[in-house]
Amino acid sequence: MTEATAGSLSPETVMRQMRKNGVTDIVWLPDSETNWLYLLMKSEPGLRLVGVTREGHACSIAAGLYAGGKRPMMLIQNTGMMESGDSIRGWLMGLNVPIVLMVGYRGYTRHGVNTDTAATYTERFLMAFGIPFYLVENDGDADRISIAFQEADRTKKPVVVLVGDEFHGFNR
Amino acid sequence: MMHIPDLLKVFAEHRGDSIVISGRGGRHWVQISETALDVPLGDPAMGGHSGFGLGLALAQPGRRVVLFDSEGDILMSMGQLATIAEQAPANFYHFILDNEVYATTGGQPVPNAKNVDYAMIARGAGYPRAHNYAELDDFARGLPAILAAPGPVFVACKVWPDIENTPIGQRVRWRKRGADKVVQDLRGALGA
Repeated sequence: MTEATAGSLSPETVMRQMRKNGVTDIVWLPDSETNWLYLLMKSEPGLRLVGVTREGHACSIAAGLYAGGKRPMMLIQNTGMMESGDSIRGWLMGLNVPIVLMVGYRGYTRHGVNTDTAATYTERFLMAFGIPFYLVENDGDADRISIAFQEADRTKKPVVVLVGDEFHGFNR
Repeated sequence: MMHIPDLLKVFAEHRGDSIVISGRGGRHWVQISETALDVPLGDPAMGGHSGFGLGLALAQPGRRVVLFDSEGDILMSMGQLATIAEQAPANFYHFILDNEVYATTGGQPVPNAKNVDYAMIARGAGYPRAHNYAELDDFARGLPAILAAPGPVFVACKVWPDIENTPIGQRVRWRKRGADKVVQDLRGALGA
C-alpha cells in the first residue's frame, strides 16, 4: 500500500457504509472520481443505480423512491449540488425526505488554499441552505457516513457527506 | 383542445387503484378524488414531477403510477425522459397537459409552443410507446388500451390553459393538504 492510498477513502469502505445503512437505490451522476465505486455498486446485489442527466433531477427521483418506501442515497459532485439548489429546497427539504447526499468535494485542499471556486462556494452553499454536512477524507472518517444517515432519519431532512479525497477519488 | 376537468373525469373512470400524481391537473383532481393514493404536491420545484413519478413507480412496481405532467416541466428537465426510458418502469403512465403557455404566470407562451412534438421527443428518448391527443373523444377512445398495456408510456394531451393573473397572495389555495403531509399519507397507505 502506498502512502497515498493508506490515507484514502476506499470504494469498498463506502460500499460497506451503504450496506450498513440499508441503501436500496443510488441516484447519481458520475464525476471524474467515481469510476471504481461505480463498478462496485454495479455488482452489488439488490442495489439499483438510477443515472440522471442533471443533478437536480436526482432530488425528485429520490423523493419518489422515499415516498414509495425505498431508502435512496444521492451521489453527485459539488458543482451539481449547487446547480440543484431549488430541487433540494422543494423536493428534499420541502417534502421532509431523510436522505444522505454524498457529494464529491471538487477543488478541496486540506491546507485551505482553493484555486477552484467549486470548492470556495460548497460549504457556503450548504450553510445558506442550513443543510448539515460531514467531511470524509479517508477510511478513518467513514463512520461519519453512518452519523449522517442517523441525522437524516432523526431530522427528516437531507444531510450531506462531503468527500474530500483530493488525491485520487475512487479511481484506481 | 381539451378542458382539463373533462380529461380528468374521463381518466377517473379508468383509474382503478392507481397512484395518481395530479401535477398540473391538481386543482381539478382534488375535486374528483382526495385519498391517500392521490398525490397533489402542488409545485415543489418545476421540472421535477417526472422524476418523482419515476421514483415512485420504481419503488412500487406492483401498482400503476399515473402522472399528469406539463410541457413546461418537460422542457425544463428533458433529460429525465432518458432516465425514465432507461429504467423503463412497466407501471408508469406519463401524461402531459400541454397548454402551450406558462399559465400560472399570466399565460406567456413556452418556447416554440405550437411546433414541439413532445410524444416524438419521448419516443426519441426511448419510451416504447407515445401518443398525441387533442380531442376528448379520441382520448376517451384510446385511454383504455393505453392503461391496459405496460408502461412506460407517454401521452401528450393538448389542453386549454387555466391562466392566472391575480397576484400569488390573492389566489385561492386549492390544496387541502401540505405536500409533506401528502407524502406522509401516501407512505402510510403503502405501509412504507
